[in-house]
Amino acid sequence: MEDAGHWKIGLPLLILCSLLVVPVAWAETRTVTDSAGRTVEVPETITRVYAAGPPASILLYIVAPETLTGWPRAPKREERPYIAEPYRDLPATGRLTGRGDTANLERVLDTRPDLILDFGSVRDTYISLANAVQGQTGIPYLLIDGRFENTPAALRLVAEILGVPERGERLARYVEQTFAELDAALAEIPESDRPRVYLARGPDGLETGLKGSINTEIIERAGGRNVADPGPGSERRGIVKTSIEQLIVSDPDTIVTWDPNFFSLIWSDPLWAGITAVRRERVYLSPIAPFGWIDRPPSVNRIMGLKWLAGLFYPERFGEDLRTETRAFYKLFYHVDLDDEELDRLIAWAEGQPGD
Amino acid sequence: MSAPLALTLLGGAVIVGAVAAALTGPFPITVAQFFDAVAQRFGDQPSGADPRIDTILFSIRLPRIAAALLVGAALAGAGTVYQGLFRNPLVSPDILGVSSGAGLGAAIGIFLSLPVFAIQGLAFAFGLGTVALVYLVATAVRGHEPTLVLVLSGVVLGALAGACISLLKILADPYDQLPAITFWLLGSLASVRVSDVAGAAPAVLIGLIPLVLLRWRMNLMALGDEEAAALGIDPGRLRVLFVAAATLMTAGVVAIAGVIGWVGLVMPHIARLLVGPNFHRLLPTAMLMGAGFLLLVDTIARTMTTTETPLGILTAFVGAPVFIWLLASGRRSW
Repeated sequence: MEDAGHWKIGLPLLILCSLLVVPVAWAETRTVTDSAGRTVEVPETITRVYAAGPPASILLYIVAPETLTGWPRAPKREERPYIAEPYRDLPATGRLTGRGDTANLERVLDTRPDLILDFGSVRDTYISLANAVQGQTGIPYLLIDGRFENTPAALRLVAEILGVPERGERLARYVEQTFAELDAALAEIPESDRPRVYLARGPDGLETGLKGSINTEIIERAGGRNVADPGPGSERRGIVKTSIEQLIVSDPDTIVTWDPNFFSLIWSDPLWAGITAVRRERVYLSPIAPFGWIDRPPSVNRIMGLKWLAGLFYPERFGEDLRTETRAFYKLFYHVDLDDEELDRLIAWAEGQPGD
Repeated sequence: MSAPLALTLLGGAVIVGAVAAALTGPFPITVAQFFDAVAQRFGDQPSGADPRIDTILFSIRLPRIAAALLVGAALAGAGTVYQGLFRNPLVSPDILGVSSGAGLGAAIGIFLSLPVFAIQGLAFAFGLGTVALVYLVATAVRGHEPTLVLVLSGVVLGALAGACISLLKILADPYDQLPAITFWLLGSLASVRVSDVAGAAPAVLIGLIPLVLLRWRMNLMALGDEEAAALGIDPGRLRVLFVAAATLMTAGVVAIAGVIGWVGLVMPHIARLLVGPNFHRLLPTAMLMGAGFLLLVDTIARTMTTTETPLGILTAFVGAPVFIWLLASGRRSW
C-alpha cells in the first residue's frame, strides 16, 4: 500500500517534471556567427536580451524594443519624451563593456536574458570578454561590429537573430538609401571642396576625436574632412585634447558640438572669434535626445545626425525638410510619434536653442 | 653654488626660456613678427600684420607661459613648505589631500555639466575644503605626534576623495563626461587664458606673503616642535599658517591646471642640493626651478604632436627617474 501510495503521487509528479523539463531540453537552438567570427548557439526564440553597453541598447531598442531587459543607465528627464512609453521606464542594468564595467553578473543573470548583445569595436579585449562572460554565465554572447559602414548589416543580422527579419530589412534599406544618396551627391564634390570640420567635445571644447576614430566617423561619412588628422600612416585613434592655438592653425570652417555650455560661450569668446567657423557662424549644436545625433554613443542613432550634418555641410544638395526627416526617423527608428511641441523642441535644439 | 649666483642664473634661464617658448608653437611666428607684434602692442602704430599673430601671442601663448610659470612656481613653493614642515623629503603638495579634493570638485562640476569657470571654482573650493577637513580631523584626534596625525588624516581623506572621484567616473556618461574628467585629472594648460591666470595669481600671491614674511621661522620649524618651542615660537599656530598658505597656493593653481604631480616633490629636492636647506634661499630657488621646469614641460606638451600631451604624464616621466636618482644618491638633510 505504501508503495502504491508513493506511485500515486510520484507518477503525476514525474510527468509534471518531465513536462517542465522537456520544453527546455527540446528547445530548438541554432548557430549564429557574430562579427568576430565566433559561432554561438542561441535559442530559436529570443524574448529577452541584455545589452552589454549603450550602443547595443540603442541597436536593440531600434530593432526589437520588446526584447530589451533594461538600459545601461536610466533615461534622463529630457530624453524620456523621445523614448516610447513602456520602454522609457525600463530599469537601469549597468554595462559590461564600453568604458568601465558597472554591471554585476548576478544581476545580469537575474534579468534572465536569452542572449547578451554587444555592439561596437571588434577587438581582442571585447572578444575575450564575450568568451569569458559566456563561459561564466552560460548565456550566449554576441559581438556585432559597430562601425558606421556596417550599420545595415548589423541591423539585418540582429533582426534575423531576434526573429524580426522584415523590420531589419526595412531599417537596413533606409540606412542604405541614406548612404547611397550621400555617396551619389558626394561623388561630384572633390575632396578639396569639402568642409573642414572640428568636432568639439568637453566643457571647453578642446577635446576631439582623431580622424578615423569611431567617434568621428560621421564627419567623413557626411562629406566633411576632420581637421584633427594625425596624418597618413598614423595609427593614433580616439579622443584627444587639443589647444586653441592648434585650432587656429587648423582653422576649421565648420564646428559641431553637443555641449550646450561650450556652444553658448564660443560666440563671445575672443580666442575663438578668429576661427573661420565662428566668423561664418557655422558652429552647430547637436541634439542629444533620446540619443546623440552625431555620437554619444556611436550607434545607429548616428543615422539621424548623418542627414542633419549633410544638410549643414551642403544645404543646396540636401535641402530636405529637417522637420519631416526628423519626424520620420523618430517614428521608424525610435517608435515615437512626435507631437508638434516635441518636434519643435528638437528642431530648435538643432538650430542652437537647447532649451533648459 | 652661492645662492645669489644660482638665483641669477635660474632667473636668466627662465626669462630666456619664456621668450623661446613664446616663439614656439604650431602657428609659425618669426622673431621679427614677434617684436613687431610687441612693438605694436605697446606703441601706437596701426597694425598691419596678421591679426592672428596678435591673438596667438597675447591671448594664447603668453597667458599660457605665464600660467606654466605660475603653476610650476606655486607647486614647487608649496612642496618646499610641506617638506620643511613635515621634515620629510618624500612629501609633495598633495600630501594633505588638496589635489584629490580639487579633483573631486572638478569631477562634480563635469558630472553636473557645469560651465568651465564653475568647474574651476568647485575644484578650488574642494581643494581648500579637503585640507580644512583634514586639519579638523587631525585636531579632533589629538595624537602625540601632531604632524604624523595630520599626514595620516590627509592620506585617509585624500583616499576617500579619490574613491568619490572613481564613483563619479563610473556614474558619468562614458562618451562625454568621463574623458573630460580623465583629462582634467591628468593636468593640462591647453585651455588656459588670461582670466585663469588672473584668477589664480592672487591665491598664489596671498599664500606667498606669510611664507616670505616668516621665512626665518620656517627654518626653526624644520628643527622639530620641541626645539622650535624652546626657541620661543608656537609650532602649532605656525604650522596652521604655513599649511594654509601652501594649500591656498596649490589649490589656486590646481583649479586652472588640473592635477600635475612630481613638480612639488622633485623641484624642492634639486633646489636643496643646489643651495642647501635654508628656507630663506631654498624657497625662491625651488620656485624658480619649478617655474622653469613646468614651462619646459608645457612647451613640450603643446608642440610634441598635433594634439596635447597631458602634463601629469610628462612630469611623471621626468620626475620619477630623477626622484629615484635622488633617493639613490642618499641626501638626507632638509
